[in-house]
Amino acid sequence: MMRALHAFPGGLHLETHKEKTCAESSLLQPLPERIVLPLQQHIGLPAEPIVGMGERVRKGQMIARASGYVSVPVHASTSGTIVDIGLHPVGNPATPDARCIVIEPDGRDEWFEIQPVHEYASVDPRELQAVIRDCGIAGLGGAGFPTHVKLNEGVENAVDTLIINGVECEPYITCDDRLIQEKATYVVAGARMIAHAVQAKHCVIAVEEDMPQSFAALEKLVEDDIELVKVPTRYPAGGEKQLIKMLTGFEVPSGGLSIHIGIVVHNVATAAAVYRAVTRGEPQVSRYVTVTGDVDRPRNLQVLLGTPIHDCLRTCGFREDGEARIILGGPMMGTHLRRLDIPVIKTTNCVLVQPAREPAAELPCIRCGDCVDVCPIKLLPQQLYWHARSDDQDEAQRYHLFDCIECGCCAYVCPSHIPLVQYYRHAKSRIAAAERQRQGADHARTRFLARNARLDRQERSRNGALPAAAGADIAEKRAYISDAVERVRDRRLQRDPNQGGDD
Amino acid sequence: MTEAAFISSPHRHGGATITAVMLRVALALLPGILLYAWYFGIGILIQCVLAACFALALEALLLKLRGRPVGLFLRDGSAVVTGLLLALCIPPTTPWWMVLTGIIFAIAAAKHAFGGIGYNPFNPAMAGFVFVLLCFPREMNSWPAAPGTLETGLGLGDSLRAIFLPGREMVDATSGATALGYMKSRLGLMGMISEIRADPVFGTFGGRGWEWISAGFLAGGIALLVMGIVKWHIPAAMLIALTTVSTGFHLYDADVYASPIFHLFGGATMLGAFFVATDPVSASTTPRGRLIYGALIGTLTYVIRVWGAYPDGIAFAVLLGNAAAPLIDHHTRPRVLGESGSGA
Ligand code: SF4
Ligand code: SF4
Repeated sequence: MMRALHAFPGGLHLETHKEKTCAESSLLQPLPERIVLPLQQHIGLPAEPIVGMGERVRKGQMIARASGYVSVPVHASTSGTIVDIGLHPVGNPATPDARCIVIEPDGRDEWFEIQPVHEYASVDPRELQAVIRDCGIAGLGGAGFPTHVKLNEGVENAVDTLIINGVECEPYITCDDRLIQEKATYVVAGARMIAHAVQAKHCVIAVEEDMPQSFAALEKLVEDDIELVKVPTRYPAGGEKQLIKMLTGFEVPSGGLSIHIGIVVHNVATAAAVYRAVTRGEPQVSRYVTVTGDVDRPRNLQVLLGTPIHDCLRTCGFREDGEARIILGGPMMGTHLRRLDIPVIKTTNCVLVQPAREPAAELPCIRCGDCVDVCPIKLLPQQLYWHARSDDQDEAQRYHLFDCIECGCCAYVCPSHIPLVQYYRHAKSRIAAAERQRQGADHARTRFLARNARLDRQERSRNGALPAAAGADIAEKRAYISDAVERVRDRRLQRDPNQGGDD
Repeated sequence: MTEAAFISSPHRHGGATITAVMLRVALALLPGILLYAWYFGIGILIQCVLAACFALALEALLLKLRGRPVGLFLRDGSAVVTGLLLALCIPPTTPWWMVLTGIIFAIAAAKHAFGGIGYNPFNPAMAGFVFVLLCFPREMNSWPAAPGTLETGLGLGDSLRAIFLPGREMVDATSGATALGYMKSRLGLMGMISEIRADPVFGTFGGRGWEWISAGFLAGGIALLVMGIVKWHIPAAMLIALTTVSTGFHLYDADVYASPIFHLFGGATMLGAFFVATDPVSASTTPRGRLIYGALIGTLTYVIRVWGAYPDGIAFAVLLGNAAAPLIDHHTRPRVLGESGSGA
């Protein structure tokens, strides 16, 4: 039975430029001279190193452990010696340097002994979660959200539909396409495991219309338990909210999570990583990266985490005459890289080389409304811009600034060439900063109130008014999670590249 | 690698520019302008060139005075469109200094005093036109006689003389009124529409000659819709509102209230609907707001034409619509994806 698709508002037809890389099999990127593994490759708290200088480690060995609930461990991506634990450039515009563990490979690429889980279907979902967390899997789609946290949401809430997202809507990027073509069995098996882990009623794998080989590969493997769907090629069809809208007709509540409407979305690469973690006990130590654009041999590479971007570029025939602009990610949402010695991490999906062009001069907004027509969230980008520019934070929020997914559709069509997304990011980080300040003052009071409430609860349960503390326990855990997610979001906003220049 | 400035996503652009938009708007005016020249002589072409040149020169001067990059802003082409629209609103024999007055008001007072392109709350061309209309009511109401009522339209020599050497004895040919004006004054004298329509100033369905010029603007407007330069909301709402209101009154008393076709093709309706009311800077900017805005202008146009002091109401209606636009925008913010109240 074919699922009836719904349309999402706005969006763009973009030239895909995928033909360069989607038909060629991926290459194994050779071992680099040094592996640099940032302790934070995910959203959340950085992992804590558990190895010392000079220690010998093997591939797949945990070298830093998760430091909290919203955190994932880091594993050595090859065998070798730890030569440094300290600050290294990671290419993040706001915090250019971050703590990393550096490994000097011994060239043998020896695996740590690994313990697979047999018969996942009989395993308790929570146990599966723990396996996934211990294998360091964090949203490979790009956001880097710890997979086990999402799974946990799924365990705690009833999941109607699990969506495995293979929709690579950004131009140029084909790493998921290649992964599906080459590892379709992993994807499908991983999807089944995640479906079991969250006890989903339905499971859908979605790919784009222009990924016929992937579709064919998956079609051979899926059975009645998994629905395979082709969605139209339209940017940003792979955005979580857009994909959910298309597949189910439901809208993720503004400011809410998809789980609130019983939907969990995971990327295809995450599904493949889960499969490896569960059946083979293999942690996440490598990933597919598309290297494309202005290079001689555009290609998908299988890259060990921690390999410098520069090495990947070199493999693909990058000409180093210095005039190119390197984008990490796709042309619509990627980040501009200013140095190339930074490592590939769990969220690195694409390295795009494009000619450095002078940005066109920015003219005033003429209120043409072209941006309104393409905004997939149905925002009014021109009004948002107006309020963001004049730093009117209340109005900007009234116009739903925080619902903006920074897809860039608005800026793409703007005849005045206004870098709208830049204004929104800037405004978001300013509002987040103001919010933090306010919260600083509120925090003490909240804690005080929380303590009173707890004492009160204890008092009442002692008096038999409440059944034990089980309920309270869950509530507290929930609060902790939402608190952590909140903090994570703050930090993400903080990473905004423009926040330094409060001009 | 060099430490280049950080560049924010997206790293691609669709290639649209204001210049391209304005160029297409100007091109879309062409069919109407050519038909205008065909029916009423070469004067309108001189007027268009003159007004556009004045507008460009003044824009350059003001940009310079305000210390803005002259070349960059001049290239956007908005001044040319303002000039063309103003020229199309005034009689083709208007003396050059009146044109200049209108342009000065449009570019200096209505545009740059507010901060230049993007910041003007009122449509500059309409503001300039209304200004000269108030200053020189007599000249602004001496239109060329209907084609076919005299031997020819005004030739090149006569047009040049009327524009550049005004004050001489005006040629008889310019004493006429437009169909709307004629209709208005005769209705004021208790004439019946059936009799009034017999006058040679009327054509098949609008003013003689003017009806085809309107059709030219309609064609240009449709081209803009097809190219996606203009969105359908404003013209559609405006024309539908005008049609609805005029049909209602026409059915009520056909002897006093002219037919909807006459309103659609008489006067500046088509020019207003596709080229003036749609000026994005001064219009409402939300999809729903645009419908309200268009309907408001359509209705006001009718009200001013029938009960107001001026034969045509487009310019006033647009300016009133401009004034209401911020309020309309404020109340018509669309429901964003996932905002409560959503039927999933
Ligand atoms: S597309 Fe650009 S110029 Fe047009 S309304 Fe949006 S922000 Fe303004
Ligand atoms: S970047 Fe934000 S405002 Fe612009 S189109 Fe995307 S969601 Fe809408």
